[in-house]
Amino acid sequence: MQTTHDKSGYLSEIRSATGVNVSRCYQCGKCSAGCAVADEMDYPPSLTMRMLQTNDVTHYHQLLESETIWLCVSCQNCLSRCPMEIDIPRLMDYLREKSIEEKQVNKKSKYILSFHRAFLDSIKYTGRLYEIGLIADYKMRTFKILQDMDIAPKMFAKGKLPIIPERVKNKKQLNTIFKESDKK
Amino acid sequence: MMEIGFYPGCSLKGSSSEYAQSTLALAKVFDISLVEIEDWNCCGATAAHNINHEIAVALPARILALAEKQGLTEIVVPCAACYNRLTVTQHELNSDPDLKARVAKIVQMPLSGRIQIFNVMQFIEKYIADRLEEKIIKPFEWKVVCYYGCLLVRPHNILQFDRLEDPQSMDVLMRKIGAVPLDWGYKTECCGAGFSVSRTEVVAKLSGKIVKDAEERGAKAIIVACPMCQSNLDMRRSHIDHYLQQKTHIPVLFITQAIGLAVGLKREEVGLEKLFVAAEV
Repeated sequence: MQTTHDKSGYLSEIRSATGVNVSRCYQCGKCSAGCAVADEMDYPPSLTMRMLQTNDVTHYHQLLESETIWLCVSCQNCLSRCPMEIDIPRLMDYLREKSIEEKQVNKKSKYILSFHRAFLDSIKYTGRLYEIGLIADYKMRTFKILQDMDIAPKMFAKGKLPIIPERVKNKKQLNTIFKESDKK
Repeated sequence: MMEIGFYPGCSLKGSSSEYAQSTLALAKVFDISLVEIEDWNCCGATAAHNINHEIAVALPARILALAEKQGLTEIVVPCAACYNRLTVTQHELNSDPDLKARVAKIVQMPLSGRIQIFNVMQFIEKYIADRLEEKIIKPFEWKVVCYYGCLLVRPHNILQFDRLEDPQSMDVLMRKIGAVPLDWGYKTECCGAGFSVSRTEVVAKLSGKIVKDAEERGAKAIIVACPMCQSNLDMRRSHIDHYLQQKTHIPVLFITQAIGLAVGLKREEVGLEKLFVAAEV
């Protein structure tokens, strides 16, 4: 539902999907001060909140195209320290989903998304993470073939990289989870 | 022998197998049998909630429903990330009846939402702590720093575990086994978490600051309760040393390894040789 203050409609959509009311933020900056990755971000968390508050669709799209939303590591420090208890990590999850949906994923952040996708695909196929498969899939997607060639053999020697994947037996149930959840 | 449910999660079956090994061995010393949830799946970890909220809820929900089906009322979840996803999901389901009904349909099993989910400290506090001191054979007399990371303590309003900024549960357990936990500045700072592969340089920097402070305080080990933290601080040590421009030597032990050694388990029984940065005991 659009209100008179919400010309573009994205604020009410954010609110109904995540429960976050961005207008509650009064820009104290504690989220940015405590953010583990703020100095890597194009817009730190408090600026992200400000950009959403402007209700300007240009700002909204800048965020969907930003590195910020992919660099957020979900450590939850911002939420913990926010005097208004605004769930910024949940907001970041939402913006990432929107960014994928609207095909606006930041080019420099594509490795992060590739990793997430390879991870989820691994679970989709076997129900449990298969680490060798995950890394192979990630390398295929990113062409970072030589990455971590020093660590893998050591992990293998220490029995930290099982060759045979663990599998969920009830594959049907698993398929339903992925099929039904993708519809949403 | 007492039986409690057990959700190992994927890391404990692979890259952090020593965490499973030491947790199971420690439980056995105290006559507790940890019973694996049958046919469990991955909790979805960071990847799921980053790109698909519905899957992020449905995957942990299936695990909780399976536990219930098996008649388990309490489950031990040593991985901090799994513990976080399971607890947050149960909270979300219990506070949104529509979501709960929809997800129960997706996983094709009933969801009561009443499973007690314990992280490893909660498990030890409830079932082991009061018998711990009498079982100590070889006090773990090390200066240590206890590293809790993000996911054991945040979001506090849902997890309701320990203190948010200066947690104590691990420190208390360390004192019980003879260790000296030191004051330091990085108890709940982030290690870089799931960026280990996709943004290794971020992990090197964030984990580097943690390792540096631990060494500067004079600690001989970093004690952790999260496989993701452990692998970033331990297996990524060459990247960390490169970032710090110095060679660091401090080992990173799971809390169950430290306590296991104190109650007389051997190095190999707690998987100590699996650490990348060697711990000389």
